[in-house]
Amino acid sequence: MKTLHDTGVLFGRLMRHILRSPDTIITVAITPIAIMLLFVFVLGGAIETEGSYVNYLVPGILLIAIASGIAYTALRLFADVKNGLFERFQSMPIKRTSLLWAHVLTSLVSNAVSMVLIILVALAIGFRPSAGVLAWLAVAGILVLFTLALTWLAVIAGLTARSAEGSSAFSYPLVFLPFISSAFVPTTTMPAAVRLFAENQPVTSIVNTLRSLLGSQPVGSDIAIALAWCVAITVVAYLCAMRAYRRLG
Amino acid sequence: MTDAVIQVTDLQKSFTGKKGARTAVLKGVYFEVRRGEIFALLGSNGAGKTTTVRILSTVLKADGGSAQVCGYDVARQADKVRERISLTGQFAAVDGMLTGRENLLLIARLRGVADPANLADGLLERFGLAGAAHRRADTYSGGMTRRLDIAMSLVGSPTVLFLDEPTTGLDPEARLAVWQTARELADGGTTILLTTQYLEEAEQLAQRIAILHDGRIIANGTLGELEELLPPAKEEYVIRRPTLEEVFLAIINAQQGGVAGQGGTVWQGGAAEQGGTTRQSDAIRQDATARQDGATMQSSATRQNSAYPDRRAVL
Ligand SMILES: Nc1ncnc2c1ncn2[C@@H]1O[C@H](COP(=O)(O)OP(=O)(O)OP(=O)(O)O)[C@@H](O)[C@H]1O
Ligand SMILES: [Mg+2]
Repeated sequence: MKTLHDTGVLFGRLMRHILRSPDTIITVAITPIAIMLLFVFVLGGAIETEGSYVNYLVPGILLIAIASGIAYTALRLFADVKNGLFERFQSMPIKRTSLLWAHVLTSLVSNAVSMVLIILVALAIGFRPSAGVLAWLAVAGILVLFTLALTWLAVIAGLTARSAEGSSAFSYPLVFLPFISSAFVPTTTMPAAVRLFAENQPVTSIVNTLRSLLGSQPVGSDIAIALAWCVAITVVAYLCAMRAYRRLG
Repeated sequence: MTDAVIQVTDLQKSFTGKKGARTAVLKGVYFEVRRGEIFALLGSNGAGKTTTVRILSTVLKADGGSAQVCGYDVARQADKVRERISLTGQFAAVDGMLTGRENLLLIARLRGVADPANLADGLLERFGLAGAAHRRADTYSGGMTRRLDIAMSLVGSPTVLFLDEPTTGLDPEARLAVWQTARELADGGTTILLTTQYLEEAEQLAQRIAILHDGRIIANGTLGELEELLPPAKEEYVIRRPTLEEVFLAIINAQQGGVAGQGGTVWQGGAAEQGGTTRQSDAIRQDATARQDGATMQSSATRQNSAYPDRRAVL
């Protein structure tokens, strides 16, 4: 109970941060939206996919947004550690896990807001998902799991970084991953070596699953692989984050 | 059962440096703080004051030895200790994105205080922050930030308060205000462990003073007891006119933060007080200005080289 209460209070504090600097959410949403517009209206004409290209593109854009959104989680955590607030909290009778969970919850909520913004823009430019309620719930669930996995990575970065830049730099390669996946172009068009990588990295299975769910197609074995990736990354990152957390003291 | 509220026995701590070498910071520290007293831990930069305070406030684990606060072991019964203490770290730990009032409310809610709003308003009033209550804390001046920081530490009326260099970087007026608060708290029964680089501060506030040097407590007692430890040569020092070289060194020292000479300067100040009255006040005033400069420079210097997360990352 105490844990829930403390997490709630600390979560409220971080949400206030976000409300007071809404630019963090907007910045997170704007780059993926720009990439989406670029691909749909400029480059997409040259890319052959089944069905409309916006429908093809949206899942990858969402993942890019999450990958860049969690950089702010790392940054917020780093700031807390750096300016001594974390130390103050650690000397108080607060459940220790609450400190991290508050940041994790904040990450989930702020990324969810970015997702909604992006989906609204996508709808405006012709995104037409045929998914039913259940499929949408599944989409939301997978997005949450993916956010959770990357957020725990961000926690490691936030706790161990030496500088603010360093704390968010880890997200650059993550933002890049969707480009070497099935997110923008079908992997069949890629050279063998790249294709091998693209087809076996987490983003491809997640993108394919989301795309199938949104288009009311059968998800096949992709969903199992996608879930396995998300859970595996979450577990490993969580354990490493907890270790980094204990090392602080 | 003694009336020791803080009991530190053979405390040891070393840190791993950049090249993997271990540096011992605390090499067996012993001291006791009694109920309701102000105890000053005096030491120069890097002596290990902050390290000691962080261990006692359960933020950092010691490598060896033991420490009890209110009868509870800081390592094994950290939760019990945390319910009874409050930490005001070396650098103010306030949330700049929140207003002063919100900062206090935050801590009050986390501590489960019965009427957070009432408590927050009372503290804002008491610390002269009522007018700035609804301004974001990152717009506060250094002195206001420190006051808010200390106010946050008083939420929940802790039995033991750790004040790590509470007046470094403050102007004389703000310093006096902090001293006043510390005295009031001690009068109200709060036990205070204060760290400082300045003998004057220890002298003003503390019933007992311990000097931390090279990882050990090299002196511990009341001011009177400590003064007896001073070499008799001190009288000579006052009477002898300073040479030009000494004046020069003193000025340079003051400008550079006086880190190395700090201990020396302070003790001389103490000795000077036994001289004539005029000289005494001059000496103190001079000393105070020198310290003022020193303090400002030191705090910015420490800020740079003690980016704690950096160090933590090496751990
Ligand atoms: N987390 C850490 N990692 C590595 N070294 C550390 C760490 N914390 C402290 N140190 C080192 O331990 C020594 C003592 O530091 P500490 O901060 O306790 O000194 P201090 O007496 O508080 O000094 P100051 O007056 O400058 O605040 C310093 O040499 C410092 O560099
Ligand atoms: Mg210190």
